[in-house]
Amino acid sequence: MSRVGAHRSGVPGARNPRADETAPGDLVVEARDLALRFGGVTSLDGVSLRQRRGEILAVIGPNGAGKTSLFNCLTGAYRPQQGSVTFWPQADRPTELVGRRPHAITRLGVARTFQNIRLFPALSALENVQIGTEVRQRYGPVGAILGLPHARRAERDGVRHALSLLDLVGLSHRTHELAASLPYGEQRRLEIARALGTEPSLLLLDEPAAGTNPAEKQDLAGLITRIAGTGVSVLLIEHDMRLVMSVATAVVVLNFGRVIAHGTPGEVQRDPAVIEAYLGVTDAEDTGGAAGGADVPAGRGAAARKDVR
Amino acid sequence: MSTPPAGPPGTGGGAATVPLRIAGSPAGPAGSSGSAGSSGSAGSSGPAGGPARPAWHPSVLFAPARLRQLGALLLVGVLAAIVTGPTGNSDKPLQAAKDSIVDVRIVLYLGLAVALWVLLVLGAQLRGALERVSAPVRAPVGAAYGRRGGPIVLNLVLLAIAIVAPMVVSTAAQQSMVNDIGIYALLALGLNVVVGYAGLLDLGYIAFFAIGAYATAYFTSQTAMPWHAPFVLNPFFVFPIALILAALAGVILGAPTLRLRGDYLAIVTLGFGEIIHLVANNADNITNGARGAFGVPHLSIDLLGIDYKWGIDPLPYYYLLLVIIVVVMIAFGRLERSRIGRSWAAIREDEIAAEATGVATLRMKLLAFAIGASVSGFAGVLFASKQFFNPQSFSLQASFFVVAVVIFGGMGSRLGVVVGAVVLQGLAFYLRDKVPPADRYIYFGAIIVIMMIFRPQGLVPSRRRRREIQLVEEGIGAADSLGVAPTGGQR
Amino acid sequence: MGFLDQFWQLTIDGLMVGSLYAVIALGYTLVYGVLQLINFAHSEVFMLGSFGGLFAARALLPDDGSVPGGLASVGLVAVGLGVGAICGGLAAFTLERVAYRPLRRRSAPRLAYLISAIGASLFAVNLAGKEFGRQNVDLPDLFHNGTVFTVFGADVSTQSLVIFAVAVAMLIGLDRLVAGTRLGQGIRAVAQDADTAVLMGVNVERIIIVTFVVGGLLAGAGGFLYAMTFNASYSMGFVPGVKAFTAAVLGGIGNVRGAMLGGLLLGLVESYGGYLFQASYKDVIAFLVLVAILMIRPSGLLGERLGRAA
Repeated sequence: MSRVGAHRSGVPGARNPRADETAPGDLVVEARDLALRFGGVTSLDGVSLRQRRGEILAVIGPNGAGKTSLFNCLTGAYRPQQGSVTFWPQADRPTELVGRRPHAITRLGVARTFQNIRLFPALSALENVQIGTEVRQRYGPVGAILGLPHARRAERDGVRHALSLLDLVGLSHRTHELAASLPYGEQRRLEIARALGTEPSLLLLDEPAAGTNPAEKQDLAGLITRIAGTGVSVLLIEHDMRLVMSVATAVVVLNFGRVIAHGTPGEVQRDPAVIEAYLGVTDAEDTGGAAGGADVPAGRGAAARKDVR
Repeated sequence: MSTPPAGPPGTGGGAATVPLRIAGSPAGPAGSSGSAGSSGSAGSSGPAGGPARPAWHPSVLFAPARLRQLGALLLVGVLAAIVTGPTGNSDKPLQAAKDSIVDVRIVLYLGLAVALWVLLVLGAQLRGALERVSAPVRAPVGAAYGRRGGPIVLNLVLLAIAIVAPMVVSTAAQQSMVNDIGIYALLALGLNVVVGYAGLLDLGYIAFFAIGAYATAYFTSQTAMPWHAPFVLNPFFVFPIALILAALAGVILGAPTLRLRGDYLAIVTLGFGEIIHLVANNADNITNGARGAFGVPHLSIDLLGIDYKWGIDPLPYYYLLLVIIVVVMIAFGRLERSRIGRSWAAIREDEIAAEATGVATLRMKLLAFAIGASVSGFAGVLFASKQFFNPQSFSLQASFFVVAVVIFGGMGSRLGVVVGAVVLQGLAFYLRDKVPPADRYIYFGAIIVIMMIFRPQGLVPSRRRRREIQLVEEGIGAADSLGVAPTGGQR
Repeated sequence: MGFLDQFWQLTIDGLMVGSLYAVIALGYTLVYGVLQLINFAHSEVFMLGSFGGLFAARALLPDDGSVPGGLASVGLVAVGLGVGAICGGLAAFTLERVAYRPLRRRSAPRLAYLISAIGASLFAVNLAGKEFGRQNVDLPDLFHNGTVFTVFGADVSTQSLVIFAVAVAMLIGLDRLVAGTRLGQGIRAVAQDADTAVLMGVNVERIIIVTFVVGGLLAGAGGFLYAMTFNASYSMGFVPGVKAFTAAVLGGIGNVRGAMLGGLLLGLVESYGGYLFQASYKDVIAFLVLVAILMIRPSGLLGERLGRAA
């Protein structure tokens, strides 16, 4: 659970994302002024972001910056105390997401994966994806029991779609294996396939590269690009900067529950506020140490500052 | 609820979800001999808390853990002596217990306890030997079952037995096969949808049965109860009515409760069951109170030239029930393999992920609850038209008994719960002259606890449920819809 | 007589019964606090404690059926409470050992605990029925002088005064235990976060068993008080069990003071309701209250969490 103090450090250089001139018709999702608090702990403090259709938008930031909380607000797992989220399943159909239950949001076309993989462990890979594909199906218990034609057809279509998704993520050889028995990297990809099964127009990936090896990361970058190529917008939380820089078309940086920067990967990398957030205020603090990728501006500095506070 | 925020970047992120392979999965050794997880290997998952294989040496007999085990078994022996001992009364509360302990039989029970202990100590060696001995028998059975169409052959054999069995037993046994085994098998199939598929617990399940029975009395007879419909229906027409009434009751009860933690459903249904019982018992001028409903007509058909009446003879009821049970088993099998069954599995294994994948968890749980209730209401119609009933038939203990049947047979397994009904009701039938009827519940209670400790997947486990339970014990996923595991669990 | 004439009498009766519900409810709340689990067999702990206390008191009564009265009666109550508490504690200990611990060792799914508790409950109820007979067993009124004083025209009998006083004393004692002692600190720590508690050196196994036993002691003593007022029988546990659970949910399950408040409130609601409607449907009232809270305010009046409250 995110527990970040309402630390209004007043980081300079925070840019207002609304300053970007984007025609509303291009957007797939827009969050406005989201605030999420747990008791006295503020997790999101007026976060706004916009994502264009077809864009791969990365959300980065130190540990506890509120990235997963943001995801949870977008997908209905948490209900923010303030703010709104508009989602455009189609360009002319803006839909408010706040207040809807997670499954309803998924049905509208927002799918997600979890930071700590949440598959259905005792089901096969195919069945995991099938559950995703079947979200769009309509047949009920009577159809299932009587084996009515439309139910059988839906069933067959669901399997076919699921198989093609397994193929897309490179898991065709694992079709009938239990999800829990797959290696870690494959579990991550299976989770993506399951999310894609719901036919999203916006896919939220929460640290898809965590715990994977360099080769798998490379595959993953390719996969994300392929997914975006099919017209699915991707919103990505990731710590691995190499991955972010290689796939993202835009980046939003969160710190202490606020957006501190927004722009192209190159712009954000040079932004002084971002550098400060990652490296900490004083140079005396520990800035290394975080396990992980090579050129990751890891969240250790910010974490240390949080502890001091 | 929480998905923790950004963990340490890189490799540290997934400490809680290390990749793993699980025992009993197709990749594991169990599946190597034949098809994945053939039914023959069911016995291999013994008590996880049992003894680890010791290197054999006499000193292991006197290790503290072993001695504790012996002590526990001796206590169980004493308890067994008391359970099977004489009946007491409140004037001399401890007399009965004392009589059972100073009786000679105590030697038998303590001897059994010691013997069991020795068996456990030698367990590792014995289990190996047992597997060697039973392998020649199990291999062909397992192979036959694993082969394509094997289950069908097995099911046909079982069906043939079910058809022939009542012809070779006494009338009393036939009655029991209808009233006890048949009806309870049907009830258990319904409860299995709630407990086995949706992973919820319904402790007032018999209340829906009562709704079905009283609806039958209301619609089919002017005399059975003081309260009756202005017209008379053939009992067959009451089937759909009872089905809908029970499902409706289930939805009304489930809708507010299922939003909350799953275990609240258990206690709300418990209260509901008791209220139905209470009302049935007290409302003399509606339900005829404790005297019950007399004279509900038997089933009869007069349609398309077929004119048949069910009567006192239990056999026609038996075969009707058999047909219904087979149809229900097939129907629920299809349901289980459909998107609905998969949604239930998803909810059991990870409710948050299921919701995020677009499964309307609340609606699916409610659906399971309503389906279970409607089966119970349906069974109530059969029961009411078969025989006289009074509120006693709808006691709390009857609800618990259905739970026991499902658990004993194997939750999630259709064949399992039917076998559970056969075995437990068979046991009840066997005990009918040997112990007072109410005392039989002591044994059933003990069976439930023992099953939960040593074989939670049941006698004839569902493959999927067994895998889930195994995985949960390794700290992966869940196996019910009741929220997080209690303290001491790994999650 | 109208409701208002009876109001104070109903209030006093309601508070007395409610204090008993509160005492039993604590067992549910404590176990729920540390295990996040409804202990379905708690009602049987109550039943066994009740029998224990009742039989002990009966054994001390003279054979001629007379009641000593006065101080001797107070002694009898004390013995009954003590034996009842011990029996309840023992029953709860055994229950935890047999029906819960083996499952905890394996980290079984939650459903398994509920079912195991049901089995244990079924076993205990019917074994008690077999050992002690299936009739109601009662205790003669232990105090000769009926009414001690009247409040607004309502009689307060010695018996109900004693019951209320003892129940309140136990409630206060438990509150102090949880709020003010090292043991209570451990219980709260486990309730809040068992994993962290382990890291901080709390012996979780021990806390769990102690929690069960404390709940059992209270339920056993409460059982004796209940048997003093009403009677005891093998199936006595169920109804007060459901009501006590309702009380616990009403106050906010896992919350010690909530359980106390919930118990007293439920006693009152039931007492008034039973008068206004029909006494035989008294039990329905508690159930309706339960469903109503679950619909309106599932976290209870004072909110959940043993860790923070008290």
